[in-house]
Amino acid sequence: MSILVGRDTRLLVQGITGREGEFHARACQAYGTDVVAGVTPGKGGQRALDGTVPVFDTVAEAVAQTGANTSLIFVPAAGAPDAVMEAAAGGIGTIFCITEGIPALDMIPAVDQVGRHGARLIGPNCPGATSPGRAKVGIIPGSVHREGRVGVVSRSGTLTYEAVQAMTDAGLGQSTCIGIGGDPIIGTTFLDALQLFAEDPETEAIVLIGEIGGSAEETAAAWAGEHLRDVPKAAFIAGRTAPEGKRMGHAGAIISGGAGTAASKVEALEAAGFRVADSPTQLPALLRDAGYRD
Amino acid sequence: MKLQEADAKSLLVAQGLPVPDWSVAHTADEAREAARRFLDAGAGKVVIKAQVLVGGRGKAGGVKLASSVGEAADVAQSILGMDIKGMTVRKVLVGPAAEIVKEFYLAALVDRAERGILLMGSAEGGVEIEQIAAANPDAIIRRHADPTLGLLDFQARELAFAMGIEKHLKAAVAIAKGLVATMRAYDADLVEINPLAIVLERAPGGEPIERLVCLDAKVTLDDSALARHPGLEDLRDPDEEAPEDREAREAGLTFIKLDGTIGCMVNGAGLAMATMDLVKRAGGEPANFLDIGGGARSDKVAHAMQLILSDPKVDAILVNIFGGITRGDEVAHGLIEARAQQARDVPMVVRIVGTNAAEAAALLEQAHVQTAATLDEAAEKAVAASHGAVARS
Repeated sequence: MSILVGRDTRLLVQGITGREGEFHARACQAYGTDVVAGVTPGKGGQRALDGTVPVFDTVAEAVAQTGANTSLIFVPAAGAPDAVMEAAAGGIGTIFCITEGIPALDMIPAVDQVGRHGARLIGPNCPGATSPGRAKVGIIPGSVHREGRVGVVSRSGTLTYEAVQAMTDAGLGQSTCIGIGGDPIIGTTFLDALQLFAEDPETEAIVLIGEIGGSAEETAAAWAGEHLRDVPKAAFIAGRTAPEGKRMGHAGAIISGGAGTAASKVEALEAAGFRVADSPTQLPALLRDAGYRD
Repeated sequence: MKLQEADAKSLLVAQGLPVPDWSVAHTADEAREAARRFLDAGAGKVVIKAQVLVGGRGKAGGVKLASSVGEAADVAQSILGMDIKGMTVRKVLVGPAAEIVKEFYLAALVDRAERGILLMGSAEGGVEIEQIAAANPDAIIRRHADPTLGLLDFQARELAFAMGIEKHLKAAVAIAKGLVATMRAYDADLVEINPLAIVLERAPGGEPIERLVCLDAKVTLDDSALARHPGLEDLRDPDEEAPEDREAREAGLTFIKLDGTIGCMVNGAGLAMATMDLVKRAGGEPANFLDIGGGARSDKVAHAMQLILSDPKVDAILVNIFGGITRGDEVAHGLIEARAQQARDVPMVVRIVGTNAAEAAALLEQAHVQTAATLDEAAEKAVAASHGAVARS
């Protein structure tokens, strides 16, 4: 098993005829993901990815015709919150929004709508998720993965690739790798991801990759300390050298009023039984120290 | 983007919130004229406040009172040019000094954990909210606005009653709702009024009346939304932005200057932070945070290199690229190009993995660029190069 994406994923790509959407939809398909539909308003009736994927005008129509259950969004920031709400209203259960630079106040009603429809949103400003050997939904290079039983959750993009590559190089495979996104307002939090991993029988260890800003790592750590006590856990927090009051690239990565520091996160994670790495390359060894046997 | 107090107040006024009149002065003479206007209109004293984007202006001596036009000019003269936490004061706000009856704290902000707009109020105004939160967390009253409808009247009333502003209930409700309206109108992620105050004013007939007003204002705008508010970009204070920051912003790079000696160029914000951390762990000090973003082409890479080298303290450069969307060979081309043009010779360590890493490696080898296989190794080599540069000089 795996979480969020897997063999039963039937993927719809919103913005499939755009440059980014087309490129990454193709990479998902090449990885083995079942890409069943695309949506670009006004281009319904066309076919994408060398004629293999039908394009629809609306999500509702795409779902009705193809049974899509997961959506991947590459719509530009101005239209992305609407695309998220259209996916939720159209019956999509799991929505990944890759789009970067969406104003925070636009995401508040969008996240609320997703909840009302009982759907789940991952992102925005996230790299998506991969369940190695099963399906990839997003932009994480397929080559960094290896099949296995470590669940990885991260706020970052390329830092996730770095950490996953280090694990793969050390022979530690992954059940699912999820990037939850670097924005202040996101659909799925660290805590949500840990709860999903906790229910997955094939995930036997956890790697959490956080960064400065907010308190989501602390909240997740507190829960893990109680509910994932016997699961081997390792973590890395980026931004130990970041100055206060500066936004470190990600809109959400900012230390303000002394809150959101790396030190606070490291302390909370260690208290909850996570082995915290000084470098992503140490993660495999720390997991093994924590008792993980692959 | 942080706004100066005077600009923040203009946004509040545009949303119909009560803010006492003010003027902005860049010179002592301008301050004198502004003071004359307020003193002639009946103010007993004027307040002169440094306009800098840091907290604690009062403690630093950047907020003073004056009772005559001459004194106002002298006070303004002493504040202008003052250094407050590394910021030079280039302008002051002049306004009638308020007769404060009682101070409160009220703010609207984006609450990440609850994924909504949070209103925070306290009867303990005039002090930093972090201090109240630490000393007496129960003194802070919180209400979340509805994601679609905004702050509802009854929520605003609950806040006002709990804060003890029942004597000015209507005004308090209007202000609380006005903060949310201001957030939404300008895509602010923070609108803070500290203090919100009951002040004593004189009616035209001379009799004293109490009024609830916003005495100070702090507004932070969501950078992701600036594009749809073209007028607000003009409020960016050129004096508060270092030239290299502006250059980076215009080139589409995310750049933050730091104090160290090792220039860093990375793709992705999280990885850029991790790279800085590993430089520090290897015994060095990062000179900057620099994210070239996803899919950067060679010209962007060359631009980033110029930006790093414009800092004279930089004596080594670390390039760390994990190619996903970004193609390693594009980055290598850009680096080699930039190196051919660069004015000074600074040792560089390059690590490129992921998409087109093999092509990149071939290019770098041909150009005799020092490379590294892992991030740890790259950090160690860059630190050694920086220390070597220090030893040579």
